[in-house]
Amino acid sequence: MPLDKPYKDVPGTTIFDAEQSRMGYALNQFCMSLMKAENRERFKADERAYLDEWPMTEEQKQAVLARDLNRCVELGGNIYFLAKIGATDGKSFQQMAGSMTGMSEEEYRNMMISGGRPASWKPEEKK
Amino acid sequence: MARITASVYTSHVPAIGAAIDLKKTEEPYWQKVLGGYEFSRQWMEDNKPDVVFLVYNDHANAFSLDIIPTFAIGTASEYAIADEGWGPRPVPKVLGAPELAAHIAHSVIQQDFDLTVVNRMDVDHGLTVPLSLLCGETKEWPFKVIPFAVNVVQYPVPSGMRCFRLGQAIRRAVESFGGDLNVQIWGTGGMSHQLQGPRAGLINREWDNRFLDRLIDDPEGLANVPHIEYVREAGSEGIELVMWLIARGAMADVNGGGKPLLRHRFYHVPASNTAVGHMILEETT
Repeated sequence: MPLDKPYKDVPGTTIFDAEQSRMGYALNQFCMSLMKAENRERFKADERAYLDEWPMTEEQKQAVLARDLNRCVELGGNIYFLAKIGATDGKSFQQMAGSMTGMSEEEYRNMMISGGRPASWKPEEKK
Repeated sequence: MARITASVYTSHVPAIGAAIDLKKTEEPYWQKVLGGYEFSRQWMEDNKPDVVFLVYNDHANAFSLDIIPTFAIGTASEYAIADEGWGPRPVPKVLGAPELAAHIAHSVIQQDFDLTVVNRMDVDHGLTVPLSLLCGETKEWPFKVIPFAVNVVQYPVPSGMRCFRLGQAIRRAVESFGGDLNVQIWGTGGMSHQLQGPRAGLINREWDNRFLDRLIDDPEGLANVPHIEYVREAGSEGIELVMWLIARGAMADVNGGGKPLLRHRFYHVPASNTAVGHMILEETT
């Protein structure tokens, strides 16, 4: 019997399942290494060289360099791991989450204050 | 014997910890969140437990992708505060309750829940933000803590019913401990939120409040809600709410005893990306 993955059709959402986790292992472990202050410093000093120490795909490295979190998620990243990149950059969780929505930081913050995004949201409703 | 005297439920939004640590608590934005915990801090002082069995999830801090335990119980005598990337929160280290924890591990595994036993781990905001919310700023936490980490990061996470039944097993384990201890069980995380993808920022006030209603009056029915409903209605990270069912399953009324007393209920949107929910249920017997 094939695995039941009913979450595949939820719009604008990638569920971090065992398959994504397998794909993203090295990417997420790289993120995890940024929990150490000395590694944050080494990464900031030469991002490319630091990334090259990890058995990540070139696509994953490019997504990290571009801080394209949606692409990172697509390639197996998980937001709690990716948050370590944000922490290294001095970004809050709200700034990181907002960066994935195509909204400006202020638009996203205001959306949250006025009650957040409805569960009925569909991508085409975006302006 | 040891007794469970109350269950406490709360979101564990990291930004709340940051607001407390950076002394932003007087800002109106945070007052609207923290105001919901004023009653609770007084209640904690008046009903101080010996031990809190604290159900939370680790957010890629103690557990990397090397090892992903579904249920992990801390049996250490103390736990350091994790550096999540912003530096460790400036809060006291957490003291454990190793004897009770080992007893619970033994009992619950014999009840067919295969726990991972952890003797060393750092604890992150999932555990320390609830402590800050309920105890305020302090030099030492006023009780011992048994950290109980649930995997809600990598799907599939345990089902609501599995969590509820586990709570029942934890109650039996606590009640079979010889020492005379006042134990609270806390369920943390949620409420609706999504931190990733173009759908980030999702909040579902109606769904959350219905969850709170059912957690009080129909917890076993609520435990039947499938994962996919959490994902669709409460967002990809709203799945954390299954952890509240562990705490609820440990209350007397779902183990042949009397109904708990609802002491406090609070709901507010937003704290950063998240809906904040909080509730206190006190045992009546």
